[in-house]
Amino acid sequence: MADLSIDFVRIKSPNPFWLASAPPTDKEVNVVRAFEAGWGGVVWKTLGEDPPVVNVNGPRYATLMSQDRRVIGFNNIELISDRPLRTNLEEIRRVKRHWPDRAMVVSLMVPVVEESWKRILPMVEDVGADGIELNFGCPHGMSERGMGAAVGQVPEYIQRVTEWCKHYSKLPTIVKLTPNITDVRYPARAAKAGGADAVSLINTINSVMGVDLERMVMSPSTDGWGSHGGYCGQAVKPIALNMVAEIARDAQTQGLPISGIGGVTTWRDAAEFIALGCGSVQVCTAAMVYGFKIVQDLCSGLSNFMDEQGHASIEDFRGRAVETVKDWKALNLNHIEKAVINQDSCIQCGRCHVVCEDTSHQAITATKDGKRHFEIKEEECVGCNLCVSICPVPNTISMRALAAGEVDKRTGMAVNGEYANWTMNPNNPMRTSAATCG
Amino acid sequence: MDSPSSRACGIHAARLNLAAYASNFGDAHAPLNRAQALIEAERCYYCYDAPCTIACPTGIDIPTFIQRIAQDNNRGAALTILESNPLGGMCARVCPTEVLCEQACVRNTNEEKPVEIGALQRYATDAYFAKPGVPLFTREAVTGKRVAVVGAGPAGLACAHGLARRGHTVTVFDANPKPGGLNEYGLATYKTADNFAQREIDWLLSIGGIELQNNQKLGRDMTLDALLGQFDAVFLGLGLAGVNALGISEPQLPGLRNAVDFIAELRQSDPVRVPIGRRVVVIGGGMTAVDAAVQSRLLGAEQVTIVYRRGPDAMSASMVEQRWAQTSGVTIRHWAAPKEVIAESGRLCGIRLAETTLDGGKLVETGETFVLEADMVLRAIGQTFIAEPAGAAIALKGGRIHTDDDGRTSLPRVWAGGDCRFGGRDLTVEAVEHGKRSAIDIDLALRGSSAVAGTQRKLEKAHG
Repeated sequence: MADLSIDFVRIKSPNPFWLASAPPTDKEVNVVRAFEAGWGGVVWKTLGEDPPVVNVNGPRYATLMSQDRRVIGFNNIELISDRPLRTNLEEIRRVKRHWPDRAMVVSLMVPVVEESWKRILPMVEDVGADGIELNFGCPHGMSERGMGAAVGQVPEYIQRVTEWCKHYSKLPTIVKLTPNITDVRYPARAAKAGGADAVSLINTINSVMGVDLERMVMSPSTDGWGSHGGYCGQAVKPIALNMVAEIARDAQTQGLPISGIGGVTTWRDAAEFIALGCGSVQVCTAAMVYGFKIVQDLCSGLSNFMDEQGHASIEDFRGRAVETVKDWKALNLNHIEKAVINQDSCIQCGRCHVVCEDTSHQAITATKDGKRHFEIKEEECVGCNLCVSICPVPNTISMRALAAGEVDKRTGMAVNGEYANWTMNPNNPMRTSAATCG
Repeated sequence: MDSPSSRACGIHAARLNLAAYASNFGDAHAPLNRAQALIEAERCYYCYDAPCTIACPTGIDIPTFIQRIAQDNNRGAALTILESNPLGGMCARVCPTEVLCEQACVRNTNEEKPVEIGALQRYATDAYFAKPGVPLFTREAVTGKRVAVVGAGPAGLACAHGLARRGHTVTVFDANPKPGGLNEYGLATYKTADNFAQREIDWLLSIGGIELQNNQKLGRDMTLDALLGQFDAVFLGLGLAGVNALGISEPQLPGLRNAVDFIAELRQSDPVRVPIGRRVVVIGGGMTAVDAAVQSRLLGAEQVTIVYRRGPDAMSASMVEQRWAQTSGVTIRHWAAPKEVIAESGRLCGIRLAETTLDGGKLVETGETFVLEADMVLRAIGQTFIAEPAGAAIALKGGRIHTDDDGRTSLPRVWAGGDCRFGGRDLTVEAVEHGKRSAIDIDLALRGSSAVAGTQRKLEKAHG
């Protein structure tokens, strides 16, 4: 049996699955239920200064759904904890005492004022928290007051607040980043410069879920008006993976521990975050859609995967895919693939044909000898993978790499087995003579 | 009214308690609700040059109407269906989809579970008929041309609708008191609950330009020549008026009757008043046999047996229909042929059957016989075209009217379609296609320009 336990910047937990700072970790009753279900840790919903914030009492959540009402994307306009600071602290102390083996990270958000941080940090340390997470990501409401994403969008603020936290607290400090920026490497570098032990990402993405077309009102709305919320759930996973990978491979932040967040729904999602360097994984939407029990499925799937692959611990495969993420200019332009359709499993829906014909390279037949038949025309195929991506039957269309020396029927040229990227390409006016693997 | 139980011998009405009739003759298959329809619609892969559309005799663009259901655009879905098949509501209920569109669904390959195209088609058309709004179809400028349609069955109605759309003025003659043909008289009641056939016809006629004349029978109340004198063109959708005999001695007995008459009586009556035997034998292997047998059970017959002279694969009722009969409590007795109707003092009491087998590919009797007790025997071994009303001049083939693909008969200005036309499978949906195509061709002929005709034909095919 694989060992799922982690030691993430001195914060230990029996498995890598933490509940992210959000409604599921707002109260003792929720967190105890989570620990009973098997969650490895929680990031307690963000604490702020008293008096507590006030939430709307109309809809706070909305979803993007498939036809059979599976949640694809989720949006919320909840603020940070709306309960008194002391109530939260007392509950955190009690829960940690009863659940000493679980990670108890406390999320914090106070104004960008040194005094505010100096005041709250000792209180959190005093209740026995294992670490703190600085909420520089919340994109709605709090950002209008100069906190949350408003801090996360200014690298200098990130660095300054992180420095205060490292100065006034001994606790491991995780900086939670907002994706509502143009280049996530800058805030990550600022966090590192400020002494952060780790970063966590992504927080939610600015979003309007939709418009009620009968009433001509955006949704969700409260008393006729709405405000943008934070978008999360499965739909954001690719965005999160990219940002995680950018930080993992950036020369300045390489090696900075990362807690991965963003649409983790299955063990496979979690394993992907880990493969791109994350040492812990945070989950919220999946729990809000299915309840806490899903952690058991996450652990079961991850454990079986690790056993099958021979990974004894999380560290055994953490970051293993990072070095496959490159700048585009490093990709091998001499490598040539062609799609292949398995005629035995093809169900003849013809979608590959029509999308290739309409939107790509006219490289798939519709008929052969007058009969319905879908086959790759290698003389047209550029290996774009569109047909593979939209085929409804798994493993029916696959990509075949041409061997060195094999003639590419599209160009009539033999495949050059040597690596050659854009920086060396004759069409590149800026080309250099030697290969650059960027 | 006396209420004999299902165990009472003889032929009686009211074998069941009243409540049973409502549930027995209500909708046999519940329609999809919105949640079910959206989930089922999502299963459609939106195939290119979709095999289901190719398999549909009327060529409905099935992926398009399903996509529109998925997008909650039922009006758009209904337009796609009704444009190709103005009787798409009825076809959604009665088409043997398992041998047409659903058999062609690519989902069969991996899952053996096609998209429920028929149920989705019903969902879209029901939604539209429940809330029709602005008419989907309007008439082109009136041409002044007049067309007679003989027979208000699926072929005639589809033809009339197509002609009315193109601006022609149509008179539809039908021998029966109500329009609809087999839709009104020939289908099991539970397939067309809530008077659907007439509701659909009301909608179809609402386009305008179609006059309906009931109780007008060709050969009795008018002749083809007379119609040709009064109209610019004539479409014959005469159906099959004759019923095949069993080929054995058939004494005149109250219990021995045609399944089509029994089905028609049931459609036109309160089921509680329709007499049924305790033991019923239906001879035949088609959908008429299944409809008659299942409805016999639903009327309270205790034992109902379909007797068919060959095996299950040879039955023209699909496997789905056969299973439906069996789960409704009907026994299907294969490899048996009628030999002798047995009566005692003027009352039917059974039928002697010969066991059959294949001998070198030829159906032969084995010499063994057996008797099934019965107080009712229903003939359902096929119907025949009765040619006399149309006159001797029209060319026949295989006993039915010989036409080209557009329905043109051997007589100038006369088209024909539906079951009376040679070469089909006697399906409602084929009859609709016949009527639809003939309307296009009649329109071309009436406009009289082959150049216009060519363009028009291409347009219609693109839409079809």
